[in-house]
Amino acid sequence: MNKAALCAAGALFAVAATAAGAENAPDPWPGLVVDIFQSRPITAADGVINLDAPVRAEDAAIVPMTMRFSDPTQIKVATLVIDQNPMPMAAAFTLGDKSGVGFIETRVRVNSYSNVHAVAEGSDGRLRADAKFVKASGGCSAPAVKDQDEAIANIGKMKYREFKSADPAKREAQIMIRHPNASGMQMDPVSRAYLPAHFIDQVEVFQGDAPIFKMEGGISLSEDPTFRFTYAPNGAKTIRVEAHDNKGGVYKGEWSIGEAS
Amino acid sequence: MLRLMLALVAMLPAQFAAKAAPAFSINEIAPGVYAHQGQTSLMTRENFGDIANLGAIVGEDAVAVIDTGGSLIEGRAFLAALREKTQKPIRYVISTHAHPDHTFGNGAFVETGATFVGHKNLPRALAARGPHYLSAFRAQMGDALDGVTIVPPTVTVDETMTLDLGHREIVLQAWRTAHSECDLTILDPKSGVLFAGDLLFLQHVPVVDGSLLGFLDVADRLAAIKAAQVVAGHGPIPAPWPKALDDERAYLMRLTADLRAAIKKGESVAAAAKEAGAEEREKWRLFDDYNARNATAGFAELEWETP
Repeated sequence: MNKAALCAAGALFAVAATAAGAENAPDPWPGLVVDIFQSRPITAADGVINLDAPVRAEDAAIVPMTMRFSDPTQIKVATLVIDQNPMPMAAAFTLGDKSGVGFIETRVRVNSYSNVHAVAEGSDGRLRADAKFVKASGGCSAPAVKDQDEAIANIGKMKYREFKSADPAKREAQIMIRHPNASGMQMDPVSRAYLPAHFIDQVEVFQGDAPIFKMEGGISLSEDPTFRFTYAPNGAKTIRVEAHDNKGGVYKGEWSIGEAS
Repeated sequence: MLRLMLALVAMLPAQFAAKAAPAFSINEIAPGVYAHQGQTSLMTRENFGDIANLGAIVGEDAVAVIDTGGSLIEGRAFLAALREKTQKPIRYVISTHAHPDHTFGNGAFVETGATFVGHKNLPRALAARGPHYLSAFRAQMGDALDGVTIVPPTVTVDETMTLDLGHREIVLQAWRTAHSECDLTILDPKSGVLFAGDLLFLQHVPVVDGSLLGFLDVADRLAAIKAAQVVAGHGPIPAPWPKALDDERAYLMRLTADLRAAIKKGESVAAAAKEAGAEEREKWRLFDDYNARNATAGFAELEWETP
């Protein structure tokens, strides 16, 4: 077969694929509203919550997402949902009273073309959502752990960073936790058994004894879960973190404010 | 009628692949050493996933195949082209790593009875990523993906392994996490040809799917390998060794330096991914397809360095 014939065969495949692939993936969002938000009505964001998401997931395993809050006192819980992921509820952040959290940036896995929803539960009990469409990454990018040995060897290590906040009334910090946050959906090639999931399911961050936020999440968070945020300082001397994983692992860290690790 | 036509089209890949050999070229780059140059492109329906370089080494008794291409169609075309050069048994199919453009053709070689060989981490990498690759590439390759199966290795390499092809011993070396977590190189001392897999990119911007710092370290250590020429995972073949490493090392160093500076300044990962490495744009093809991804993963890795 010559080159022209090869192209012609390619064109035929294209026709067949178009016919076969005509139906679009169903929109999971209505079902997710039932499962995650108990069918409560969700209205437009009205600027209460804003989601920053990239147009395309560059690396499927590490996609930065930022939820911004115009008035943190109005927000009780902010939930990040990756609609098309196997476990769509990526993280729900319950903000501490008077925490003054202006934004939370984290990193998630995005398996395929997906809407991403940021849903705010207000102190008035209402739900408001912002949404962005994120294109899947191309090439050989997969929502998988980069180096499984390294991930397990370093599990539970933490790092604390501080930044100059754009808002002088706030501090900006970042908490990083080493953890494979593994989906467990892969088959062990030797035993043929599905590997159990192993992921961070809760992270609490405090200034002194006052909670800044409590995160409850799952396998849609990237490996080495990371949270960058602003908060209103209350005069406490330390930032304290307690994280739990689904296998009972507990990981703690504490740092003096002003002394990033 | 339409259904009948579609059914006929669906039957095409097998017939087509059997005749595809003439369109698929492999060149003898040294006596008994063959290589195929893939297109510098993303995997598409039109190119049948033929974007990676493939190779074969022929000893007195047997053949070792190095990577199999990005689809069953390409794997079959490669096998047919190889069969025009030699009828010796294919004893080994060696995968340089897990990525689909290098392993999706494995299925074409199952019936040869060859033993599949790879890095000790290759089985788990295929288990973790294989199902995602199969569904993700369906969208961009359509029916060109038909028949692709994930074929893991049954022989794995912890550090180094020598395979005898009959008066021709080739040396396999497993590396720490670099381009990926399962990179393997193959050296044929007889001809001085090194198959570097995706530890070497030429013209095609390097892709970091393992560790940026690991990639830099391994690229340095690769340079010590005594070879005369190299077959990169992507780009022109063969290339002079170790000079072929220069551009890749410059890119990885530029990206690392830019990311460290961005982290020091307190930039966000999203902002850093837009800027880091930009100075290298004109030197590479597919830069916009991969650089921001490399920068994103590199940022997350380097952020853990002690300030």
